Amino acid sequence: MTGRGHRLDLQAAPFLHTTLSTPRLMVEVILCTLPVLAAATWFFGVVALLVVAAATAGAVFAEWALATRAPRGNTLRDGSGVLTGLLVGLTLPPAIPLWMAALGGFVAIALGKQLFGGLGQNLFNPALVGRAFLQAAFPGALTTWGAPRGFLDVPASTFALPFLHGGLDGMSTATPLALHKFEHTTTGLWALFSGDVAGSLGETSALVLLLVGLWLGLRRAFDWRIPVAILVATALLGGALHLLDPVRNPGPLFLLTSGGLLFGAVFMATDPVSSPTTPRGALAFGAGIGALVVVIRDYGGLPEGVMYAILLMNAATPLLERVSQPRPFGRRRAA
Amino acid sequence: MKLPFTLRSFAHGVHPHDHKQGTEHLATEHMPFVSRYVLPLAQGGKPAVPVVGRGEGVRRGQRIAAADGFVSTDLHSPVDGQVLGFDRHRHPSGELVPCVELQADPFSAQEVSAHATVDPDGLDGDAFVAHVQRGGIVGLGGAAFPAHVKYKTPAGRVVEHFVLNGCECEPYLTCDHRTMVERAADVLRGARIVAGQLGAKDVHIGVEHNKPDAVAALRANVRPGEAITITPLQVKYPQGAEKMLIEALFGVEVPAGKLPLDVGCVVNNVGTMVALADWFDRGVPLIERVVTVSGPGVRRPANVRVPLGTSVRELLAHCGGTLPETCEMVMGGPMMGSALASIDVPVLKGTSGVLAFTAAETARGSEYGCLKCGRCLDACANFLNPSVLARLARAGEMKTLEANFVMDCMECGACSFACPSNIPIVQLIRVAKSAIRDERRKEAGKS
Repeated sequence: MTGRGHRLDLQAAPFLHTTLSTPRLMVEVILCTLPVLAAATWFFGVVALLVVAAATAGAVFAEWALATRAPRGNTLRDGSGVLTGLLVGLTLPPAIPLWMAALGGFVAIALGKQLFGGLGQNLFNPALVGRAFLQAAFPGALTTWGAPRGFLDVPASTFALPFLHGGLDGMSTATPLALHKFEHTTTGLWALFSGDVAGSLGETSALVLLLVGLWLGLRRAFDWRIPVAILVATALLGGALHLLDPVRNPGPLFLLTSGGLLFGAVFMATDPVSSPTTPRGALAFGAGIGALVVVIRDYGGLPEGVMYAILLMNAATPLLERVSQPRPFGRRRAA
Repeated sequence: MKLPFTLRSFAHGVHPHDHKQGTEHLATEHMPFVSRYVLPLAQGGKPAVPVVGRGEGVRRGQRIAAADGFVSTDLHSPVDGQVLGFDRHRHPSGELVPCVELQADPFSAQEVSAHATVDPDGLDGDAFVAHVQRGGIVGLGGAAFPAHVKYKTPAGRVVEHFVLNGCECEPYLTCDHRTMVERAADVLRGARIVAGQLGAKDVHIGVEHNKPDAVAALRANVRPGEAITITPLQVKYPQGAEKMLIEALFGVEVPAGKLPLDVGCVVNNVGTMVALADWFDRGVPLIERVVTVSGPGVRRPANVRVPLGTSVRELLAHCGGTLPETCEMVMGGPMMGSALASIDVPVLKGTSGVLAFTAAETARGSEYGCLKCGRCLDACANFLNPSVLARLARAGEMKTLEANFVMDCMECGACSFACPSNIPIVQLIRVAKSAIRDERRKEAGKS
């Protein structure tokens, strides 16, 4: 300034910027998956770590292999690929062959994100696209809830070679939702709450998911309206249907704590890219998910419906956004 | 003492760090006189017309250019000296604009040659408006809109509240803060003059609660029984926008495209009141203003009362100069100010701050894809959808932008501040808005 040759930048205001950044947001959510991963390891053994690692590796590989060629440049740094991989892994059953988990992670990024143009462009939640692909391609492996016998015990199916069907190993058990639907036995709430039941790796412990969700909500890492709307809609509609037919339709507490509902509400539906940006849109989006989950679970052929409920509402997101735009300051409704 | 979050405010907005600690307790100092002054003829409204000739001697406070039309103000000499010429000089915006160039008289004591004082109570509406215009007084909040224009209320319009803006919501700036602390009596004197002329029932002064000493100073000068209320507000940007301030104080939305007058309010900056008091009571027109010189690149941050037309270079030198790491000079606040390409530009009537930044504050992180996280929606005090507007602006969808109320945007920059993906939202909107205005002008020209 006082010396010669001093060069000034010429930016346009504002010159200040929040310290929050997209990579930091991703890291925050990634850190919040760790308690869930820890619970999964506690209940299912080291195999949980292997499955999640495989899915993450597949996702990061896809990110690296496809994103570097995309015009927007390398998006590996933003951390969203790692997060998607972790989320795919946590939705898989413990005895799934690792190659399937890796393929699921790869498909999540390749079809769920990069095909649409990368971060922020996708219509559907990438992790759920990956899981839906696996469910369609390998329905057997995705619905066999074999739990390992010991902490360090790894089922033979884990290391099955790609596309060669090894027999799925492990104790064959049923999830609480399947038990209720097909055998009319209701699992105890304490087991559901703590997570000591069969199911996908990350979904079983309601306690951990509630704590993590509370933390993310308080940190404003996601729009709290979405999980709250999901839980309220599920409880209200589920409760009403339970009153109509208490034997066939489970009660609201069971609905809330079983299956992937809490995991989906905390980690999947709250994906900002595939959910509405507008406050009223977010409420409608969450309510829609809750209602669809109850309808699929109570009347559908499958015991679980969270994944399809979220994917269906993802598809409705652009419409919801369009009808829920905020009213600009100083403009009455009629204007 | 109320808890901060129970105080009044407007809906939405952002909370940047206020960075006022460096200067908020520093008493206003005087800028020494320098040898040369450059005053652009356009400082609030239409350019004024020079009334002195080249080579002519002028006195400090003497009128040197006369208002041209109603939305224009007189211009006065900040020094005793001589008119050097009327060439074009560099304006802070970067353009070359017609200016009056003055050479200060090095032997003068630089006493103000005051104009006759006027008792505002003896003036009727139009005479009052004309006298304010003769004082060269503009809004000192930054926009430099001629003050008298707001005082000419159309027939049939009733002014309920006269509102004073003491928010100073821009980070770093403390010139209004110091003005309220040091010249509270003059702030209130100006308020009484204007409120009396407008026939306003009461005066409301909104001050963000990070300035408790300003609130106390103002309250100490309110006479018992007087309808003057000083309201501490939450600290939130952009509270100093007049529509946001009205919402904060009264919970009323000024309709889009309308003025505060449409809800019975006239809003002024607190600094403008001091200028009015100086003009009416002491006969001193607007020839100086308080400027906050701050930012991490300035060696000796200060609040300085600066004669208009002083070059930014001299002002910075007075404040110890800048650090070599300085890479961005800003005139105004860091949220809505503009970058200076050169420091050889004059201080204007609208110059509230001169800020020096290093890369640590202003470097823009790399841009990521829009997550649609909605933080810009929560930031937007106008309740627009900035993420959508930015996307449409990039795509050049002008018709859709207009349908999404892009012209309602006041360009406060809260969206760009809040965006975790570093998307230059308000910058994109600004460019699109000016393209739309050009298009409208073209179409108006055709028909």
